[in-house]
Amino acid sequence: MTPLLQVQDLHVAYRSRTGEVCHALAGLSFDLGPSEILGVLGESGSGKSTLAASLLRLLPPSGIITGGRILFEGQDVLHARPREMEKLRGRRISLIFQEPSVALHPAMRVRDQVEEVLRAHEPLDFAARRNRTRQVLASLFPADADRIANSYPHQLSGGQRQRVLVAQAIACGPSVVLADEPTASLDPTTQQEILTLFRTLRQALGLSMVLITHNPGLLAGLADRVLVLYAGRAVEVGPAESVLASPQHPYTRALLRCVPPLDQKSQASRKAMLPVISGESPNLSVLVRGCPFEPRCPEKMEVCKSCDPAAVPLSEAHTVSCFKFPG
Amino acid sequence: MRYLLRRMLHAVFLLFGVSILTFLFSTLAPGNYFDEMRLNPQIAPETVASLRAQYQLDRPLPVRYARWVNSVAHGQMGFSFAYNSPVGPLLWVRARNTLLLTLTATLLAWALALPLGIWSAASLGRLPDRALSWTTATLLVIPDLVLALGLLIMAVRSGWFPTGGMVSVGFESLSPLNKLRDIAIHMTLPVVALVISALPMLVRHVRAALAEVLDAPFLRAAAGHGIPRRRLLHRYALRAAANPLISLLGFSLGTLVSGSLLVEVVMSWPGLGPLLLEAILARDLYVVIGGVLLSTIFLVGGNFLADLLLLWADPRIRTEAGAE
Amino acid sequence: MFQVSRLAILGGDGVQLLLNVENLVKRYAAGKSFGSREFLAALDGVSLSIQIATTLALVGESGSGKSTLALCVACLERPTSGSIWFDGRDVAALSEKQQRAVRPQIQLVFQDPSSSLNSRLTALEIVAEPLIIQRRFDKQARSKRACALLERVGISAKKAGSRPDEFSGGQRQRLAIARALALEPKLLILDEALSALDCSVQAQIANLLLELQFSLGLTYLFITHDFAMAAHLADEIAVMDHGRIVELGAAEKLLRSPEHEATRCLLAATPRFRGTANLPEGL
Repeated sequence: MTPLLQVQDLHVAYRSRTGEVCHALAGLSFDLGPSEILGVLGESGSGKSTLAASLLRLLPPSGIITGGRILFEGQDVLHARPREMEKLRGRRISLIFQEPSVALHPAMRVRDQVEEVLRAHEPLDFAARRNRTRQVLASLFPADADRIANSYPHQLSGGQRQRVLVAQAIACGPSVVLADEPTASLDPTTQQEILTLFRTLRQALGLSMVLITHNPGLLAGLADRVLVLYAGRAVEVGPAESVLASPQHPYTRALLRCVPPLDQKSQASRKAMLPVISGESPNLSVLVRGCPFEPRCPEKMEVCKSCDPAAVPLSEAHTVSCFKFPG
Repeated sequence: MRYLLRRMLHAVFLLFGVSILTFLFSTLAPGNYFDEMRLNPQIAPETVASLRAQYQLDRPLPVRYARWVNSVAHGQMGFSFAYNSPVGPLLWVRARNTLLLTLTATLLAWALALPLGIWSAASLGRLPDRALSWTTATLLVIPDLVLALGLLIMAVRSGWFPTGGMVSVGFESLSPLNKLRDIAIHMTLPVVALVISALPMLVRHVRAALAEVLDAPFLRAAAGHGIPRRRLLHRYALRAAANPLISLLGFSLGTLVSGSLLVEVVMSWPGLGPLLLEAILARDLYVVIGGVLLSTIFLVGGNFLADLLLLWADPRIRTEAGAE
Repeated sequence: MFQVSRLAILGGDGVQLLLNVENLVKRYAAGKSFGSREFLAALDGVSLSIQIATTLALVGESGSGKSTLALCVACLERPTSGSIWFDGRDVAALSEKQQRAVRPQIQLVFQDPSSSLNSRLTALEIVAEPLIIQRRFDKQARSKRACALLERVGISAKKAGSRPDEFSGGQRQRLAIARALALEPKLLILDEALSALDCSVQAQIANLLLELQFSLGLTYLFITHDFAMAAHLADEIAVMDHGRIVELGAAEKLLRSPEHEATRCLLAATPRFRGTANLPEGL
């Protein structure tokens, strides 16, 4: 399986006005196969939003890609000219934004907003564009596509808005969709609905997806592989079932233990203290040697302080960056 | 519709309020037109008294106000002592001239301010933006009077433009096309003065409104969909930044009548400026009241127009208005 | 620093209710047509009660009326009808002025702490503010107490002079909790207070809430759409749907045998992954 998208040793830093440098991504590598869903699991400060923005080179002016390579279908994304990037965004790689309530223009009709995406990429005349828009919207809103098309964002529910964002993202038939916390602001049932939609889209259109989230529960049953991001590094990558069910990296283990399970039977575990990760989230402004999780790690060793752990393969697809595992 | 109706009703109330207040204040102000006459030894005190009676200045205030409202309803708006004619037609001719000047200037200023503001916001913090910010800041600190006088001096020195009035001698004998040209040449100087004085503020407002929107998530999202930058600026950003700009437009329409007074006086444009100045100096009561009322009408009208535009431009306001 | 006397109320054998809401109705005018007004019932006859020093979780979709209920209980909205018995008084029937005396005892903590904290004030000032408004203590005692409160929620005294935007999301929520505790409330309404936080931070704040409940005898109304967290923190769970409580019961029972369709829907939609809870510490 040749990867569709390859990220190699990506480094991204933000420089604040005071000159402080924040290393949001520090040597991230992964790849994404055709019609594969990769779940990126990370907490705030792990660099997950930076990841989405740098894949499309949409970083704010303060963010600089300081090293590494991003290859999309063999094309070097980091060296593409601005015009080429505009062609890539929305057409080959599209992005589903975090907050559906603010990611749509408040004063434009849904139809126009979907049409604008087509207009930017496809040489269609007005009627053809309108027609395509109707088709795309009809595929997402089988019941009332016309009503939705005529609506303004504020007249829609959160789930409907999220579907409009999906419509924009798939309008030009991209091969990769990046979704950055696509369901964070939705109700659980709506959330499930959108996740089901993602599953359907992958099957129907053969889409590849990078699903970025802080909620491990979203990835179960949806992602093929999971990448756990900590301090801008991939600490664990592997098949979703094995990473979520039997995590190996101390951070992944600690993170997954924080979530209270739903099916606890015993009264004793209810209202009991949850296991937490001690210490503070990493300070990214100093580039430290060694494992970034070392200060909080319950199983730290001498070597963790001084050397960067390399990715150790546990099985064919499962790798962990930790010295606990003999390389 | 109910929303508009309510707005309209609101406007009418406002106009009445303003008229009562101006009436009150202008009668409370010390002195009136006839006080000057009384000092003139050639006019007999009886004549002054009979004039006062003729113009009913000796009647109680509510009566005078009622008579005045009646005369407004008939388009007369009271009587000018100095011109010895109804105020309505007198104001109308002058207001027409003023509007010709200020409307042209406002349109021109907006036509310049929009692209400049967009350009400035699009290059936020970079050279074009900084250069523009400096220029507008410099223009802002020049007093209007100095600006108008400077232009006047340049016109006199170069002789390219006439330095006063609205038409040349012998205007009546010109062909329609040449009449238009003649007015245009006379207008140039005051219009330039007005545009230069209004432009910096407008550019800054457009820039600020756009700069605020450029950070908005929906613009980043649109950029993420690969929508070209030009389109982002002109269709997405401008549209989203429209609300404060429309309000500003309403306001600038509202100041059309009063905004050019200084320039008109300095450049002797036969508009409301010189008329009102004379009227105030001479305590020509009803002309002053008429002028104030006229600018109130424009202010209210401008805001009403802005409300209409907002209703058209922003679907959220439309929904709100519909729900009322 | 806190009086724990409240715990004494629990000493008896009878069940002590801190909050008892009876048949609460809240309607909002939503009429478009002239003359005949239409009303939208945000709360349509809600009854529930919370025992002292326990937690009731209120679970439901957005728009089901959870937040309206919270506002009514906090005396920030007047219900259309029904009664809210709090600590032996029907607060819904009190006058505005009488309510003002009750309000300090019921505190709200919201989802987004950054929008409910004044970014110009320091952490210490934020926590001391309610005390200033209620004219409690003198200046010195106030800041001493605010300091103690900050420490109580896990913010070190070193950071007392920092402003909200220098804190992380979790710390800001701790700050919001400290402020809510300043007036020694009896009831804390947590309106989606954990929803915006990362998993690991959620666990920390959840632990803080549990620990505060144990040590201070606080009573919680925990509003959430996260069934898993509700099941973990609450003694009882009430499921809301379209302005009504459709199911109410002990947390275990509700999880094991949900009866109402809405409950089952919510349970089915709760994200879960297998097995991780039983992981031993370390390998």
